[in-house]
Amino acid sequence: MTVLIVAEHNGKQLATATLNAITAAQKLGEVHVLVAGSDCLNLVEQVSKINGVAKVLHADAPHFAELLAEEIAPLVVSLAAPYTHLVAAASAFGKNIMPRVAALLDCSQVSDLTEIVDEKTFVRPIYAGNAFVTVQSDEPKLVLTIRASAFSAAVSGSQNAPIEAVMATPAQDLSRFVGRELTASDRPELTQARVVVSGGRAFGSAEQFDALLTPLADTLGAAIGASRAAVDAEYAPNDMQVGQTGKIVAPELYFAIGISGAIQHTAGMQDSKIIVAINKDPDAQIFNVADFGIVGDLFEIVPELTKQLQNR
Amino acid sequence: MKALVAVKRVVDFNVKVRVKADGSGLDIGNVKMSMNPFDECAIEEAVRLKEAGKINEIVAVSLGEKKCEDVLRTALAMGADRAIHVETDEELDSRAVSKILQKIVEKEQPQIILLGKQAIDDDANQTAQRLAALLNAPQATFASKVEVNNDEIVVTREIDGGVETLALKLPAVISADLRLNEPRFVKLPNLMAAKKKTLEKQSIEDLNVDISGSLKTVSVAEPKARQAGVKVANVSELIEKLAAANAI
Repeated sequence: MTVLIVAEHNGKQLATATLNAITAAQKLGEVHVLVAGSDCLNLVEQVSKINGVAKVLHADAPHFAELLAEEIAPLVVSLAAPYTHLVAAASAFGKNIMPRVAALLDCSQVSDLTEIVDEKTFVRPIYAGNAFVTVQSDEPKLVLTIRASAFSAAVSGSQNAPIEAVMATPAQDLSRFVGRELTASDRPELTQARVVVSGGRAFGSAEQFDALLTPLADTLGAAIGASRAAVDAEYAPNDMQVGQTGKIVAPELYFAIGISGAIQHTAGMQDSKIIVAINKDPDAQIFNVADFGIVGDLFEIVPELTKQLQNR
Repeated sequence: MKALVAVKRVVDFNVKVRVKADGSGLDIGNVKMSMNPFDECAIEEAVRLKEAGKINEIVAVSLGEKKCEDVLRTALAMGADRAIHVETDEELDSRAVSKILQKIVEKEQPQIILLGKQAIDDDANQTAQRLAALLNAPQATFASKVEVNNDEIVVTREIDGGVETLALKLPAVISADLRLNEPRFVKLPNLMAAKKKTLEKQSIEDLNVDISGSLKTVSVAEPKARQAGVKVANVSELIEKLAAANAI
């Protein structure tokens, strides 16, 4: 079994979710990583040092620079022949590209898998994580996307996996990259943070969301998350959303503050090691998944919590 | 310009589904079914583009058992002009659905193809991308803003860490994120009027599609239950507990 991982990156750094995918893929066989991009030799060398990577394939062309699905999918397909599994993390990148690859190869895709039983059998969540289905396929080739939070991240070592330059597929010219606006943040990345503090609609305004959660997150070195209600009310940008349709996180410690705990939210955080809920409604559903809960007014509890943590 | 919108009938998002005791599947015999929420956004966007004079016809498509007619009637009531129902009792996965939709697109020749980004039952998030590949068309997944110019469509899409904007040649496939718009409520008179609109039936046999080769379901299980937690009286007690668990 040989596995090809499609690396997600920004030209300089590998996305951490790809490291989780590398760990998962090692259960299937020898791991090769495809780095497609424009002028990113430094990155290729970084990837060759990651433990568990047996070979790095490097495709360099200007039309790969923005990792557009229309350009990357044909490249992956052109390299697919020797591989039994084509793999990426189930991030926005992997979700965008891999089904296109699967359709071009006319094979099945197992989306967002959380467990590899064997090379043909996988477990994945359905119905917002209310059920886990075990699926199986006898197909000679499968496309997989990996739920990053279900696997640890591969680490870099002292080895140097061989780097092989591969031929770039021609530009498809179906789509054009216009621009990208990233939310500036000095905080740990939401899906990788050890601690996440998330706020919901109960904060009442974007100002209060920032004023209360930022000092708490700073004190804990935490990433800030949000419920969909908080995002829709524009208290937080949408890439902070935790849940079925947002990010899936599984930190050591998760604070759900002023969040009722609808299944669409808990689907994104119920694998956290310890969950703390702060809510004024004692019957809020969030208390059903919380390890520790406080019933009370978040406008009093959050500043108090921040103060006591700072004084420790 | 014509738009084609694919809609799926799914268990209503408010329903908490239960796994059958024998692990063979989910107990969804008598639960409320609705249009997949992302597909509502897709229909809404098509209707808005029509209201803005960018497109002149909206065709809604659904695949599945007879009851899918309900969601097609909802789509028609929201503003779709006509509907196509590919009636089948087969379980269809994204691979099969995208192949069937490919046939419908080839017949209808729409310039804009809209879908929801994922169905809230199997959470696969594949159909739009697969369809775009089969059509050799460009794709813009997780769309939060759509603008139609003459020969291209400019789409802002949600990515990890922010948003990006792409310009796609037509025909193009777009998958709707929840933030694309707020779907309108269906008014009763519109629902009545929708009954007069055309709802065409198609069969998989007529379309001549091979839908073999789906993944086999081995079993379905409940998620691992979390251990019941405790409520603490105040912040000091919470910090003590977290310290005891080595969490802080």
